[in-house]
Amino acid sequence: MVPTQYYLVLSAILFGLGVVAFVFRRNIITIFMSIELMLNAVNLSFVAFSQAMPAANNHKLDGQIFVLFVIVVAAAEAAVGLGIIIVTARNRQSLNVERVNLLKL
Amino acid sequence: MPNQPILEHLWIIPLLPLLGAAINGLLGVKWPNKIVNTVALFATGLSFAAALEAVREFVTYVAPTGQLFRKEFFDWIFTGAAAGDFRVGFDLQMDQLTVVMVLVVTGVGFLIHIYSTGYMAHEGGYYRFFSYLNLFMFFMLILVLAANYVLLFVGWEGVGLSSYLLIGFYFLKKSASDAGKKAFIVNRIGDFGFMLGMFLLFRTFHTLDFSQLFAAVEKSGWAQESWGVFGTFTVASLLLFMGATGKSAQLPLYVWLPDAMEGPTPVSALIHAATMVTAGVYVVARSHILFQHSETALVVVAVVGCATAFFAATIGLVQTDIKRVLAYSTVSQLGYMFLACGVGAFSAGIFHLMTHAFFKALLFLAAGSVIHAMGGEQDMRHMGGLRTSIKYTFATMFIATLAIAGIPPLAGFFSKDSILLSTYEIPGGHPLYFVGLLTALLTAFYMFRLVFLTFWGKPRFDQHHVHVHESPWSMLGPLVVLAVLSVIGGWVAAPALWGGKDYFTGFLAPVFGAGEGVHPIDEVAAHNLELTLALVAVITALIGIAVAFWLYVRQPKRPEELANSMQPVYKTLLNKYYVDELYAAAVVRPLVWISDHVLWKIVDVEAIDGTVNGIAQGATAVGDSVRHTQSGNARSYASWVVVGALIVIAILFWPTIRPMIGTVTK
Repeated sequence: MVPTQYYLVLSAILFGLGVVAFVFRRNIITIFMSIELMLNAVNLSFVAFSQAMPAANNHKLDGQIFVLFVIVVAAAEAAVGLGIIIVTARNRQSLNVERVNLLKL
Repeated sequence: MPNQPILEHLWIIPLLPLLGAAINGLLGVKWPNKIVNTVALFATGLSFAAALEAVREFVTYVAPTGQLFRKEFFDWIFTGAAAGDFRVGFDLQMDQLTVVMVLVVTGVGFLIHIYSTGYMAHEGGYYRFFSYLNLFMFFMLILVLAANYVLLFVGWEGVGLSSYLLIGFYFLKKSASDAGKKAFIVNRIGDFGFMLGMFLLFRTFHTLDFSQLFAAVEKSGWAQESWGVFGTFTVASLLLFMGATGKSAQLPLYVWLPDAMEGPTPVSALIHAATMVTAGVYVVARSHILFQHSETALVVVAVVGCATAFFAATIGLVQTDIKRVLAYSTVSQLGYMFLACGVGAFSAGIFHLMTHAFFKALLFLAAGSVIHAMGGEQDMRHMGGLRTSIKYTFATMFIATLAIAGIPPLAGFFSKDSILLSTYEIPGGHPLYFVGLLTALLTAFYMFRLVFLTFWGKPRFDQHHVHVHESPWSMLGPLVVLAVLSVIGGWVAAPALWGGKDYFTGFLAPVFGAGEGVHPIDEVAAHNLELTLALVAVITALIGIAVAFWLYVRQPKRPEELANSMQPVYKTLLNKYYVDELYAAAVVRPLVWISDHVLWKIVDVEAIDGTVNGIAQGATAVGDSVRHTQSGNARSYASWVVVGALIVIAILFWPTIRPMIGTVTK
């Protein structure tokens, strides 16, 4: 059986890649994908912990259920997010995130 | 007790004027003069009536027992044992001294209220004037009825406040508002001493109640502190006397009183001649037990009083403003009262206080009537020959002048005579006596100078412009009553002259005790001395009058020649010894300089404003630099989130990370 630490290290690496991609990439689609990557990195650690739990524990399945919730939310978010991206792309004729700086008062 | 209705409710005497002040002050703005003065007159008149009834009850029921009347109405300050058991009650008392003061204050006050209804009839702020005047009556009555020093101090400060308000009554005039402030500030200096005196007394005797305090002093059996010993009694007495010099305009704090003449004339008569300025004498007389325990304090009081009497009289010789002459004369006469207290003749001092209240109030009111007749002119050089045109004013003022000059059988003669006699009789009193006698000569001279300049000679004003007219009866009535009092006011002490009883001293004996004054062993010799001194005093006064008559009636050109031949002396006197200039140079200007250059430009502008402005500028600067982080760029926000997350993780895992760093460096 694969030790839990392996999963966690992999999860951390994926999350770190997601963060770096989020901060440094300019294309909104890529940034969007890096968000998905971070979500799934977290999902991975959820199922890893769930699997590592003793069978007798009442909370054994909590992690897996949480993952299902995250997937649902991520799907909803993808729908809304892609909609926003399309609108932005139409308005600005560009997918460069540098040119989207309306997040200030 | 059922037969002492007013005495049991003594608070009613001061409360009536307070009600009058409140009613007029709060509601009187739109009322016609008639209603305003009705309220004011009722308040003071009823107060006078209540005082008379209270005195009757006191003399009938309380005085024969040899006790004083004292009643506690409610606790004002009570700290409990933890804070030294400090109790100050709203306690009022009445003894023989209070009787004299209450009657003088309410009686003369009532007359001056009547006079004011006529005098102020054409002035603006009628309701304000009467409201202040009633307020003054309230505080003055608190002052004289109080049974402890703290309550007395309430009245003391209150009369100071009313005095300030009334001096500055014509507040649009710069000189009047300045004079008000001067009076208030100079009085603060004296009050500072008064408070220190109270603190010292409380520290020593743990009470400020008159009865308890004086009983404690007598029970303590402390010996009299001899000359030069600065024990508790000397220091406490001198501090109280410092307060008295401020309120009663003695050297060196007399400077405010002449300027206080900026107020309306009835105010000068009531506050700055008859009642408030005598509060200092009252305090010294009230605290006589403390003063008698200190030789130094008594000598200081006597010397300061005597010096002030002479000093002010010399200034009075050359003043040309009719009210200023009277102001300096008041300072001088107050000096006489302190001289009497200083030589231990407290009842003589209070006697002079009473007679002075009559004739000086009369002089001021008559002067007001003259000013009224002249249409506002106060300079005596522009008067003259008024004798025939304003007969009643002239007659009453002449009586008052005779009284203050000390001509028998008028009131001033008896009181001044008993002061000079007491001064002559104490050991080492002869120098004081001669200065006092010289002052009496000067007094007679300058008062008759005033009368001759005003009423004799040819008119020195433009008769086409000034229409001299006699005042209405509301003003003349009080003059006549006061004139009668100025004549007969001294007769209570008269029998002493032909070997009888001095009723005034006898009346006050329960307060001042048997230890007062000197008891001559040889009755006949003492009596002869008394007659001789009286004769000397009268002759002195007559000389003063004769000189004034010769200079100002017979040879009206002479005074000017005399002034020219003694230019330096004349100039010094005319400029009041340059004392105001001295105070300005020594105290006022340094104070203004410090306020300007240190307190304003450094402390206020630099330190206080600087701190406030600095904090504001700091906040602006921080905001200015930090605002660049809000770029609107989602990626930079994300970077900040990452940085924040890293910091949080670092803090959370610090205990794990630290040993690792340790191993790395090792």
